[in-house]
Amino acid sequence: MAYTEEELKKELETKEYEYGFYTDIESDTFPNGLNEEIVIAISKKKEEPEWMTLWRLESFKIWKEMVEPEWANVRYEKPDFQAISYYSAPNKKPKYNSLDEVDPELLDTFKKLGISLDEQKKLAGVAVDIVMDSVSVATTFKKTLAEKGIIFCSISEAIKEHPELVKKYIGTVVPQKDNFYAALNSAVFSDGSFCYIPKGVKCPMELSTYFRINQAGTGQFERTLVIADEGSYVSYLEGCTAPSRDENQLHAAVVELIALDDAEIKYSTVQNWFPGNKEGKGGVYNFVTKRGLCEKNAKISWTQVETGSAVTWKYPSCILKGDNSIGEFYSIAVTNNYQQADTGTKMIHLGKNTRSTIISKGISAGKSQNSYRGLVQVNSRAENARNFSQCDSLLMGNECGAHTFPYIEAKNKSAQIEHEATTSKIGEDQIFYCNQRGIDTEKAIALIVNGFSKEVLNKLPMEFAVEAQKLLEISLEGSVG
Amino acid sequence: MLKINNLHARVEDKEILKGINLTVNAGEVHAIMGPNGSGKSTLASVIAGKEEFEVTKGEVFLEGENLEDTAPEDRAHKGVFLSFQYPVEIPGVSVTNFMKTAINESRKAKGLEDMPAKDMLKLIREKSELLEIDRKFLSRSLNEGFSGGEKKRNEIFQMAMLEPKLAILDETDSGLDIDALRIVANGVNKLKSKDNAVIVITHYQRLLEYIVPDYVHVLHNGKIVKSGDKDLALELEEKGYDWLKQEAAV
Ligand SMILES: Nc1ncnc2c1ncn2[C@@H]1O[C@H](COP(=O)(O)OP(=O)(O)OP(=O)(O)O)[C@@H](O)[C@H]1O
Ligand SMILES: [Mg+2]
Repeated sequence: MAYTEEELKKELETKEYEYGFYTDIESDTFPNGLNEEIVIAISKKKEEPEWMTLWRLESFKIWKEMVEPEWANVRYEKPDFQAISYYSAPNKKPKYNSLDEVDPELLDTFKKLGISLDEQKKLAGVAVDIVMDSVSVATTFKKTLAEKGIIFCSISEAIKEHPELVKKYIGTVVPQKDNFYAALNSAVFSDGSFCYIPKGVKCPMELSTYFRINQAGTGQFERTLVIADEGSYVSYLEGCTAPSRDENQLHAAVVELIALDDAEIKYSTVQNWFPGNKEGKGGVYNFVTKRGLCEKNAKISWTQVETGSAVTWKYPSCILKGDNSIGEFYSIAVTNNYQQADTGTKMIHLGKNTRSTIISKGISAGKSQNSYRGLVQVNSRAENARNFSQCDSLLMGNECGAHTFPYIEAKNKSAQIEHEATTSKIGEDQIFYCNQRGIDTEKAIALIVNGFSKEVLNKLPMEFAVEAQKLLEISLEGSVG
Repeated sequence: MLKINNLHARVEDKEILKGINLTVNAGEVHAIMGPNGSGKSTLASVIAGKEEFEVTKGEVFLEGENLEDTAPEDRAHKGVFLSFQYPVEIPGVSVTNFMKTAINESRKAKGLEDMPAKDMLKLIREKSELLEIDRKFLSRSLNEGFSGGEKKRNEIFQMAMLEPKLAILDETDSGLDIDALRIVANGVNKLKSKDNAVIVITHYQRLLEYIVPDYVHVLHNGKIVKSGDKDLALELEEKGYDWLKQEAAV
């Protein structure tokens, strides 16, 4: 199993990207701080049309008037938004001169993960649009996709090449003024992915984007826009990793999904950003706004495995606007050490016969805090709306916390809303039982956690599920003394 | 196989085992009986290495090796198996997956590769037939929603899969219906060889009619107060424990 240094080096050289390196890419980085000039400069740098520049400026104006939200069950030192550089683009492809550039702890993680990006690509034909720092560096499989009329590119490219689509849809699901971080993102988003599936087309492969945060002190503001035209289908995978860094890194992404009539979007995320060290220092702040809009008979499924970040604030949501539309949310959120997660979903039922399912699995270890916050809202016109929610929490040890905040607002009497919640603890007896069968404690915990999370893991595409299971194992390592 | 010398163990401040001496040779079947709370399950747990219990005196040897510093999983790798009096539920983990993990962890400890899926399936088929277990059962979550008897049968299925050197069956008979008892006992007998040993903990003579012990021990108040052959079990069935308690008190 063990790698030799040589093997590792060779593998690194052949790889375009691996989980969260910090490399010495020369990047052209803007001075710290945020004002109108910076917003204009970002837009210019990206050679954007005027309407985009104006949209950014409008967002900036809105953001300036807003205050950072405080309602989430998380505690952290507020980022100094003037101490962040808002643009950083790599000038050339990464090159690894020596292994010393790579964090050994991280190398260890790769080894444990055992899955390389190349392997992933081979598996089931995954097209990878790599987002390095803020600018897309490479897009693969583009040709195959183009033959079907599928557009899969960076958002910057889409703004230039397909302005009519971007202009029509950007900000329609997550408006600029939606929330503090969404407004900030709208003003300064650096890059992200764009995807359009034409009418009636089933995307033949899983589309996948890998994110990373690279430059010290560079906030990353990704913007993702996925449009599934009538009767189309797409499965989109998003995976993130980041290098170990000592200072907090802010990440405030916006993801907008639009499923037109009879379309289906599956959006899966495996998030493994640096959670901070064992003392709770460092780590990524992840404040993300993800929302999907379903037209008639459309379906959106969010599946997420959240193991990283110091602070996570994230509620992938569905607006079930069209009649008979379906929203699903499957989530595993793991917190260890001093991590804090406040995550959940919103299901907004507007159309008739709309259905939503929420399955949330929270796993807390160490001194971490894990909160589920969910809103099920049934509008007065939404006849026969149905929701089923299940929130399960698994605790390890006595110092962590699990919290559930389910909100229900039903304005139509025909609504059927079911909510179930359980809290359990990994017992000494369960662990001893496994030990007695020859399974050591670390492995026993992984087994128990995987069993607990099974309903959600089963929703992930195969190759992602394997990685997700390993991530669960790694992120809970050392959680039992 | 197993040698226990003057074993004392306690939990918190309570001394439960107060000087156990026991020798079990390969090829033997030992029965341990005794009143509720006398320490039978505790003895089984201590042999298996449960850390909750603190060994204050004495030692346990497995094939001549002192197990003092051996972790429970390593004891399992060395061939110790415990059929639990109260098997534990693990939601979402199928019996098959659990067994696959257990077997491969043991193999890993011995420096072997994972068992090929083909062999694993064959083994599962063979052992589930031995214990007359419906294969559908094996895809269910471990012990979750199993009836009392199903749990016990599943324990013996696991024993059959792992082929231990020393198997300790803690009240495996309780909860089993008459047919199940026969099937399970029959399974245990088939697994018996001159190279392994079995300790059965039971309250009832009935099981011992199927699994015939070479020795019967009575545990009372943390000590073995009487040992004999299989006739001792019959005598206990008839007379109860009072006479032994009195003898022990003298
Ligand atoms: N964790 C513990 N904490 C406190 N007391 C314990 C603990 N475990 C066992 N005991 C006590 O130790 C004594 C022996 O328990 P043990 O389970 O070994 O009995 P047993 O002989 O198996 O009984 P039974 O026939 O009812 O199964 C009992 O009095 C029990 O209450
Ligand atoms: Mg007992």
